[in-house]
Amino acid sequence: MLLKFKPIAIVAALLLGGQVHAEEALRLAFVDPLSGPLASSGQLGLKHYQYAAAEINAAGGVLGGRMIEIVPFDNKANPQETSLVLRRLADEGFSFVSQGNSSAVAAAIIDAVEKNNSRNPDHKMMYMNYSAVDPALTNEKCSFWHFRFDTEVNMKTAAMTTFMATQKDLKKVYLINQDYSFGRAVGEASHKMLNEKRPDIEIVGEEYHPLAKVKDFSPYIAKIKASGAQAVMTGNFGADLTLLVKAARDAGLDVDWYTYYSSLLGTVTAMGDAGVDRVYELVEWHENIDNAELTEFAEGYKAEYQDDWRYMRVRTMLHMFANALNAAGTDDPEAVAKALDNASYDSPLGPVRMQSENHQIIMPQYVTLLSRDVEHDLEGTGIGRKTVASFQAEQVKLPTTCDMKRP
Amino acid sequence: MALFLLFLANGLAYGLTLFLLSSGVTLIFSMMGVLNFAHASFYMLGAYLGFQISQVTGFWGGLVLAPLMVGVIGGAVERYGLRRVHAHGHVAELLYTFGLAFLIEEIVQLIWGRSAVNYVFPDLLRTPIFAIAGLDYPAFRVVMAAISVMAFLMLLLLLLRTRVGLVVQSALTHARMTAMLGHNVPMVFMSVFAVGSGLAGLAGVLGGAALVTEPMMAQQLGPIVFVIVVIGGLGSLFGAFVASLAVGLLQTFAVGFDRSLGQLASSVGLAPDASGNFAELWSISLSQIAPLLPYMLLILMLVVRPRGIAGKRDL
Repeated sequence: MLLKFKPIAIVAALLLGGQVHAEEALRLAFVDPLSGPLASSGQLGLKHYQYAAAEINAAGGVLGGRMIEIVPFDNKANPQETSLVLRRLADEGFSFVSQGNSSAVAAAIIDAVEKNNSRNPDHKMMYMNYSAVDPALTNEKCSFWHFRFDTEVNMKTAAMTTFMATQKDLKKVYLINQDYSFGRAVGEASHKMLNEKRPDIEIVGEEYHPLAKVKDFSPYIAKIKASGAQAVMTGNFGADLTLLVKAARDAGLDVDWYTYYSSLLGTVTAMGDAGVDRVYELVEWHENIDNAELTEFAEGYKAEYQDDWRYMRVRTMLHMFANALNAAGTDDPEAVAKALDNASYDSPLGPVRMQSENHQIIMPQYVTLLSRDVEHDLEGTGIGRKTVASFQAEQVKLPTTCDMKRP
Repeated sequence: MALFLLFLANGLAYGLTLFLLSSGVTLIFSMMGVLNFAHASFYMLGAYLGFQISQVTGFWGGLVLAPLMVGVIGGAVERYGLRRVHAHGHVAELLYTFGLAFLIEEIVQLIWGRSAVNYVFPDLLRTPIFAIAGLDYPAFRVVMAAISVMAFLMLLLLLLRTRVGLVVQSALTHARMTAMLGHNVPMVFMSVFAVGSGLAGLAGVLGGAALVTEPMMAQQLGPIVFVIVVIGGLGSLFGAFVASLAVGLLQTFAVGFDRSLGQLASSVGLAPDASGNFAELWSISLSQIAPLLPYMLLILMLVVRPRGIAGKRDL
């Protein structure tokens, strides 16, 4: 009898053992605002992570069958709150943390990760940033443990101003931005780069308005009109952008818009026809790029969440993360960080790489224009983006002042 | 000059919008003594309901039905919630409306999602009716201003010149006596709360289409309502009207006639040191602090004249 059961027991033990190993998920902490005023952008990011991770898991996961598990943590978009979350993550043994909303929070995470890694060399952490674009994070504040998967403000502005320089008839530009670090960075970079690339373009106004406090933009529209501007360049996002463009439409202001965040949650809906053929945006992907693989991916997301896929960089990031894990052959964060350092990735839109000097991603960029003449739209409005200019990854590279300390 | 007129027109229009929003708070406070923290949430509810109804009936149906629905909801809130809480005093009432604000906001987001909805005026209202300084002045701004002024006049007439108004006023100060005389005082309170909420709903329908209908709208406009009510004098409709116009004009002109604080100081005879320790401060421009100005006015008002412009008693 015993003999008869032995092989079964062995098989069962093998199966169970294998299963235990495969079930040990690879946890990635997602730290972003999941409550409070910025909850909608945090929730949007979380859905993107979960969907992109599901794609990798469906293809067999990482490290020979382990699933990536996205574990959400709410930081209320607050740096102090984030430091507490990071302490908790260290206690709970997380090695990988990710975040995107707010550069102030990103700086707090870099700080916390650096401290943790020097105090707990046995339990190091690695940080992947999908949206915080303050140039400082990959320059003076750069860290070996931080990897940025979005192009920073200066790179975005460089690409955008290069495109603007090709607009022969453009002579007068108005700069309006939010009065805080990001808005200031956009305004100053735009001013400097436009002057360099097209000295004949006159900056007819440079405005910094309070962040998320202005309800009535009509006085600003009056000033833009009085300045004689042909185009407005702005890093505004959310209500600050929709209210601005809506007020301009209501007043019949006849200008083009050069933006970075006009396809975010609800913005295209709110702008409506006011934005068509008027609003340019710099992005890493959009819904009308002719690429079957990415279109199918985005459609799948839409079917599952009844919402549009927006941040293709999240997919790029998780693919590069998975590749780095597999290349390292271990979930040790130091080994993974070393594999990600200077990693290349053949994205469906062309080669992408993580720049070793400062851990800034170098990826293709597109200038888009809102149009009704498109196959895929945003938010069911019938309005979508079309490409008007594109940049290869290496074209948007900028020098860095980063002096990286490597382990 | 043309630019000045444009700023004036914009400032008045914005001020009147603010009045429509704050008139409900003032009404409820002056008649019931309840400071309604959930007012901005009723505004938000009005915008979303207006959007939903406009999908079926067009904009005008929403303009009529949404404020009525918000009014009914407001009445129900008073009848089944606030009335019971009232017995426990003002703090309980404040906390109740405070909680209600969050509840309404969350419910709205559960129903309509966390993203903006596409709520705009019909083309008829978006056509420009005149142009100043090369910029169109859309019809809806005039319509909004007219509705706001009408609401102001009708409320004044209702309260000061009608029998209903007399009963309402006496119910506030002499509730028992009014009840003894055969008037249904609880019914009066419920109606006042319903009308106040309905006004917020009306402001929501107009404000939601003029600005943007999104989950943040209540939180963004909530504080300014209280600024206006306090500057105007708690419970004074006339004061709220004047304060709304003042705040609207102040903010618009601060942006329009942009000077740095240093320039302002030198124009009144001071000579600020542009390179000293406060150089940063003097270089701040008026437009940067425009949204702060109402709050500065609020603090100034509380220090100098705590009862506000036309309040009947100190805070």
